[in-house]
Amino acid sequence: MANVQLRGVRKTYPNGAVAVRGVDMVVEDGEFIVFVGPSGCGKSTLLRMIAGLEKITEGDISIEDRRINDVSPADRDVAMVFQNYALYPHMTVRGNMSYGLKNRGMPKDEINRKVEEAAELLRISDFLDRQPNQLSGGQRQRVAMGRAIVREPKVFLFDEPLSNLDAKLRVQMRIEIKRLQRRLNVTSIYVTHDQTEAMTLADRLAVINDGKIEQIGAPIDLYNNPASLFVASFIGSPQVNLLPVTFDGSRLINGELAIDGFSDLPQSTPLVLGIRPDDLSQASHGQFTMRVDIVEQHGADNLIYGALHGITNAEEDGAEFCFKASHDLLPPLESSLSLGFDASKAMVFDQQSGQRLI
Amino acid sequence: MKRVQFEHSSLPYLFVAPQIIIIAIFFLWPAMQAIYQSFLLEDAFGLSTQFVWFRNYSDTILSPSWLQAAGFTAIFATLVTFISMGLALLLAVKANEVLRGASTYKTTLMWAYAIAPPVAGLMGNLMFNPLIGDLYKFFNAIGWDFNHKLDAFDAGFVVVLISVWKQVSVNFIFFLSGLQGIPKSVNEASMMDCNSPTRRFWTITFPLLAPTTFFLMVINITYAFFETFGIIDTTTRGAPGGATNTLVFKVFQDGFRGADLGGSSAQSVVLMVLVLALTVVQFRFIERKVHY
Repeated sequence: MANVQLRGVRKTYPNGAVAVRGVDMVVEDGEFIVFVGPSGCGKSTLLRMIAGLEKITEGDISIEDRRINDVSPADRDVAMVFQNYALYPHMTVRGNMSYGLKNRGMPKDEINRKVEEAAELLRISDFLDRQPNQLSGGQRQRVAMGRAIVREPKVFLFDEPLSNLDAKLRVQMRIEIKRLQRRLNVTSIYVTHDQTEAMTLADRLAVINDGKIEQIGAPIDLYNNPASLFVASFIGSPQVNLLPVTFDGSRLINGELAIDGFSDLPQSTPLVLGIRPDDLSQASHGQFTMRVDIVEQHGADNLIYGALHGITNAEEDGAEFCFKASHDLLPPLESSLSLGFDASKAMVFDQQSGQRLI
Repeated sequence: MKRVQFEHSSLPYLFVAPQIIIIAIFFLWPAMQAIYQSFLLEDAFGLSTQFVWFRNYSDTILSPSWLQAAGFTAIFATLVTFISMGLALLLAVKANEVLRGASTYKTTLMWAYAIAPPVAGLMGNLMFNPLIGDLYKFFNAIGWDFNHKLDAFDAGFVVVLISVWKQVSVNFIFFLSGLQGIPKSVNEASMMDCNSPTRRFWTITFPLLAPTTFFLMVINITYAFFETFGIIDTTTRGAPGGATNTLVFKVFQDGFRGADLGGSSAQSVVLMVLVLALTVVQFRFIERKVHY
């Protein structure tokens, strides 16, 4: 168990591309932290720098107060689970799991004991003498985790470990990873682009955009209080509804639409109003009128998509909105729905900087 | 289950016919001819022919010159195979780690592949020429009393060197593509599991290259047995005193230079059986250790 400190970490590739532009953070002892962001945002690079697979251009990374910038990957006392499992195809499951221990000169009977313990924990005891190509995707994933667990590292690193699994297995393994991490209580850093995975696994979530941490905090805080337009639109499924607006001193204006209940906003700059689909509700005289386009029935609830009356978005067509309704609301297509929302739950962003204003 | 078939159709036979015809004309027929010839004794002008059963076999195979050629071929093939593969593997591993100018480096190493063995032999011949050969002068200058026209070891050195040089590029290409076929993440996983690059190479990289290595071994032994003919013919021609005769070169020498068609046919049949046996051994005992 250990904490991981990143101080001013930057990564510039030899061709001049900047992948990580200054990350400062501390991962606490035993914490499960998730890096989430769109592809190419630098989250994997950051993880690989902690693993030692990428050189650190600038800044320091330490594990338990030991600076590891120049320590080789095998000596950092970290273990990594790769996206495509990266099992050694010519070794059995047992061989895969014991390889790292053998290289550290651990006695044979101790290796066997550890491998069998880990195999039991992951329920792969029956496959110990099989080759990786005789296993299913889920089983390979378990072996990859087993290989990390037997090492008893100070830090677990996960690089999108579930993206190669099918949807059902992904949910199963997600829960299992969470359970395992609770049980072993090892500091873990997990990279994903899947916001559901990020929300459900993380103790703390770091949203990364363009090589920087955009916001870091408990998943639910990020959902309720996003600091920027980027975080608001990245976290939450279905995505937050965004509407370009201006402020006239008392109301938010877009075309024929004027919404009361706002104050203390700049009047000259373009703003963006953000409303979560679950914060909308059906109202007799609501702020919006929506023409129903598509209704998606998800079972417990329906997602109703449609254009708003009298409003243009940035692209000058009717703004497409999403409304999360209960399963019994089934409006006919092309019909009109009146929607309202609580102004205190709405978010307002500066369009240029993306900063949250309210 | 109903199987789709061309019932009573000659179509499939038509499709394989070209291949069958080529094999029949260029392999089966000459092989049959060689076997038939090996039982005959002919005078130099082909005026009289006598059926002698296995006389040709017992005469040639038991002769000291054939045994000498067989011994040299064994040593030669072993050296050429191991040195050219080892060197190529080393170069491929290093080339695989190169980040800048990688393609220039690789293309340069592959160039020798485009050179035909007799041309390689001619080039070698020039380099080892006692009058103008740079390598000849160099070896003598560093105190090695080098003379491949007189010394058997020196002559063997020349043919091995040229044969290896010619074959390294082929092996390099295959090893490099084999190395690039190893997933990057497997290498990275091994970096996190093992600190020593040497140990990583022998425990991860080399086992994963085993299919390539096995394939190249078969190819290289065949090369050393047969294709080096052109190199030997343009350099030592078996000299001094038959010390650098390979079995194939001796077949040619006895048959076409010595006009002993029966004896040389018998040698070629023995050679065919030897290579067949060698290939069977390779597939039986070595391929088992290969993971695909």
